[in-house]
This record gives sequence, C-alpha cells and structure tokens, in this order.
Amino acid sequence: MIRFAINRLLQAIPVLLVVISVTFLLVHSAPGGPFSADKAVPPEVARALEAQYQLDQPLWQQYISYLGDVITGDFGPSFKYPGRTVNELIAAGFPVTAELALYAMLVALVIGIGAGVVAAMRPNTMQDYIPMSAAMLGICMPSFLLGPILVLIFGIHLEWVPISGWGDIPGDKILPAITLGTGYAAYIARLSRGGMLEVLSQDYIRTARAKGLSESLIITKHALRGGLIPVVAFLGPAFAGLLGGSFVVETIFQIPGLGRFYVASAFNRDYTMILGMTIFFATLIILFNLLSDLLALQLNPKLRQQARGSH
Amino acid sequence: MEASSQSTEQHSSLWLDAWLKLRKNRLALFGFAALIILCAVSLLTPWIAPYGYEQQDLMLGATPPSLEHWLGTDIFGRDMLTRIMYGGRVSLMVGFIATAVALVIGILWGAIAGFVGGRVDALMMRIVDILYALPFMIFIVLLMVVFGRNILLLFVAIGAVEWLTMARIVRGQVMALRKQEFIEAAYSMGLSQWAIIRRHIIPNTLGPVIVYTTLTIPSVMLLEAFLSFLGLGIQPPQSSWGLLINYGVETMEEYPWLLIFPGVTLSLTLFALNFLGDGLRDALDPRAAKD
Repeated sequence: MIRFAINRLLQAIPVLLVVISVTFLLVHSAPGGPFSADKAVPPEVARALEAQYQLDQPLWQQYISYLGDVITGDFGPSFKYPGRTVNELIAAGFPVTAELALYAMLVALVIGIGAGVVAAMRPNTMQDYIPMSAAMLGICMPSFLLGPILVLIFGIHLEWVPISGWGDIPGDKILPAITLGTGYAAYIARLSRGGMLEVLSQDYIRTARAKGLSESLIITKHALRGGLIPVVAFLGPAFAGLLGGSFVVETIFQIPGLGRFYVASAFNRDYTMILGMTIFFATLIILFNLLSDLLALQLNPKLRQQARGSH
Repeated sequence: MEASSQSTEQHSSLWLDAWLKLRKNRLALFGFAALIILCAVSLLTPWIAPYGYEQQDLMLGATPPSLEHWLGTDIFGRDMLTRIMYGGRVSLMVGFIATAVALVIGILWGAIAGFVGGRVDALMMRIVDILYALPFMIFIVLLMVVFGRNILLLFVAIGAVEWLTMARIVRGQVMALRKQEFIEAAYSMGLSQWAIIRRHIIPNTLGPVIVYTTLTIPSVMLLEAFLSFLGLGIQPPQSSWGLLINYGVETMEEYPWLLIFPGVTLSLTLFALNFLGDGLRDALDPRAAKD
C-alpha cells in the first residue's frame, strides 16, 4: 500500500515536468506579449519591462530559471497586477475555490448516493426511473444554464437567497454550491446505482438475505462498501472537473476564486499567472487522483492484491 | 462471451439483435428521432429559417414569443428561432467533427497498443495515463488563449482531449478479444491475421466504439458551449448555443426568453443524445450495460 503510494507519487514527477514544459512552451509561443495591448508604451519602457520579467533572455534560459523557481514553489510576479506575485493571487483565490468545491462535493455525494441507492433497491420500477431520469436531467443541464436559472427563480423572483458574492451575506454560498454540485450528483447517482446493482446480485448479499437481515442493514453494512467503489474512483476526476466547473460558477456568481482569476488571466494574457495556475491545478489534480485511487484500494481487497502483484 | 460467439457465426445477428433491443427502448428511439430531426433542420437551415441570420429590426427590439417570431426576438430585433437554428449548425458541427477527431486518434492508438502489446503497449498507455492526469479543461482554455479563438482549433483541441477514453476502450476490447477461444480457434484454422481482424476483431470492437461515440458527441457539445459561454469558444458573428446562452444570461432579468429557449434547446439535445447512447449501450454492449 505504502509502496504503491510512493510509486504513484514518483510517477507524478514526470507528469508534472511534462505539464510545466508544455505549458511553458505553449504560453511562450503565443502571439502577442502581455504588454503588446498597451499601445502607448514607448519602446524603451517596453524594453525595461521585458528586462524586468526576463523576457529578453533566450527561451531556454527563461525555461531553466522558471523551472528552478517553480521547484522552490515560486511562481514569479504577475504580469497584469504589478507588485503582486502569482503565489499571492493563488493564496487569495484557492481557499475560496476549495470551499466552493467542498460544498459542491457534499451536495453531489449526499444527493447522488442517496438517489443511486434508492434506485438500485428496486430496479426498473418507478423508484428507479424517477431518480435516474432526474439524474439524466442533471447531466444535461450544464452549470452555466442551471446557475442563471436558479438565480432567476430563487434569487430574483422569490428573493430567497442572494444572487452573487461569497461570504458577504448569509446564504450566498447556497446557489453556487448547488449549481456546481448538481451535475456531479447526477453522475454519482448513476455510478452508485450501477455499483449497488452489481453488488446486490452477489452471493454474499444473498447469504445475508438468507440469514434474515433487514434490507436496510444489508444495504448499510454489506452492500455500500462494495457498491460505492465506482464512486470513490470517480472522486479524483470529479474534483478535477469541479475545479474546471468553478470557472463558470465563479463567473456567474462573482466569486473571487481561482477559476475567475484563471479566466481573467487567460483574457489578459497574464503569462506567469496562466503558467503558475496551470501547474498548481495540475499538481492538485494529480494528488487528488492519487488519493481517490488509494481510497478505492482500501475499500477493495481484490484490487489491493493486484496492486501488490504488479509492483 | 455470448454476444461475441454469436457474431462469429452469423455476422448480422448481433446488429439485428441490437436493433430489436433498441426498438423496444422508447427513450432511445426518441433520442434517435431527435438526432435525425436536428441534423435535418441544421442542414436545411439556410432554406427553412424564417428570417435572415443578420436580419435586424432595431425598431422592434426584444419581444417575447409571438406569431411572427415564435421564440421572440433579441435586443436588436433578431429572430431567436433563426438564431438558434444557425447556432445549432455550429454546435452540431463541433460535436460531430471533434468527435470524429477523437474517434480516429483513439481507435488507432488503442488498436495499435492492444495488438502490438508488450513494451509498446505499456509506453502508449503510460502516455494516455499522463494525459489523463492533465487538467484538460484548463488545457483547452490555455490552447484557446495561445492560438487565438478559431473554430478549427476548437475542433482539434476538444478532439485531442476526448480521444483518451476511446483509446482505453478499444485497447481493452482488443486485448480481451485476443485471448478468447474463438480467436485462438480462428488462428488454429489457419485464418490470416487480417482475416481475423476483419471478421472477428472489428465487428466485436464496433459495439462499444459506437456506444462511446454516441456518448462523446453530447459531452463535446457541452464542452463547446462551456467554452463559448466563457467567451473562449465560438466568436461572433458566428453563433452557437453556448454563445446564445451567454448573451441570454446578460439580459435574463428583462428578457428571460433569450436565456430559456437556447438553454432548453441545448438541454433537450444533450438529453436525446445521452438517451440514445444509453439505449445503444444496452443493445450493443450487454456487458457494460450496468455502468
């Protein structure tokens, strides 16, 4: 188990190197520098700016020095916000995005697992069709549509909840969390239904039934552990998706998180910002994939043996 | 096992079987019909659209649905039905072309890895693993920023991230098939490699590929809409459903129909395609039907 974790961590290093190199090359091959938009800048000022950000050096030299900085955890200064570093902007935005992602994940897990288990208990009946159709609706209702519609109904017409902001007015975190979580709730519902159906047809469940255990005891004590493995394996990718999804949700609800910074820096051609945040996101996603794999391993003894056999 | 051994004897029975199963699935049929109607409307849009794409009526401004404009008009007095029809052309085109890109790369990659096996396979799948670990949404945003927002690049960028799962599916299928008795039997009967590929491997891989293709189209369309919504996808004067939703959000308090209609169109389309994909999976790929 520990060897597996270390192995996977070591594998993450080349992945990160690829991410850094590709992102660096892509960003530096982009037409138009970050300062080319400001027409008023005289050539000597532009040269001074380029010197300040080391843009006058050959590319490989910039790459090496950037790599050195990144390894020590320094993403450099922001091009767009003079005097602020990428680290500061990430430190400001990340807690907000992480909190949003956490709430959204809670929404997704509670609704998703609930609906999936209920549906799996009586497959191909109304108890199955209704939650699963709702799940399909959730998958087909993208966040950039669901968000505005929720705002329109609950924020503007009913005036139950605030329509934007983050942590300013009580209740302003409700709509963003639901908007971001719904799509994942739908996926999780389908995954947990599938997983539960698979497990419920196994012999040990039949044994449990034959022993006369109550249905709720069978579900909670015996079936959930195995049935939720697909869900656990999905958590890593889901987290990656939540980060991407936060672009839209943070834009809609004007939340000062990383997603909004990222889109803004994409528009502003804030090179160091894009670079730094891409690397930051990639690291996070790799870590979360690893965590969700380890958790799935912990839940499934069969997989554990395979992992031991292959390493 | 059962499905595959059937198809070795009678080529068409798998497909006939699948069609019979699909026909019983009303939701999937609804999805199939919706897809056909959508494609037909998109192809015919220049001839059947009630108004011109750029036709403005500034005096009219934004109006709710009426007899003249079934889905209302936007703030420039442009007919929403017309704009949704033209937007659908772009959305569907992105869906099909990007999926085709993903399909070609994914099948080639997966099939080669599965056939050759050994070191080549390990290396190729390691590359897939690495790409899987990349934050692809972020990667697409990056690509769109770096290379400018052009529609061709959008196809390539989306296709380039969607092929990974296809490669895994095809490889898994090919690997599983290679080990089955009926393939071994075919070898022992002296069939050539190509004959085995053509007669046994391709037909048996096609099912999951078709299923996954059907499911990729809606996710690609969603991705396009997502990017267009952020302003990083389709650029005006071209239009897509994502872009229309983006405009609709800006004025949703005053003119909610500008958000509702493109939104409902997009959702219904995704709904139909997903149901078709699910139905096809049940029909063509009985083993995977549980997921």
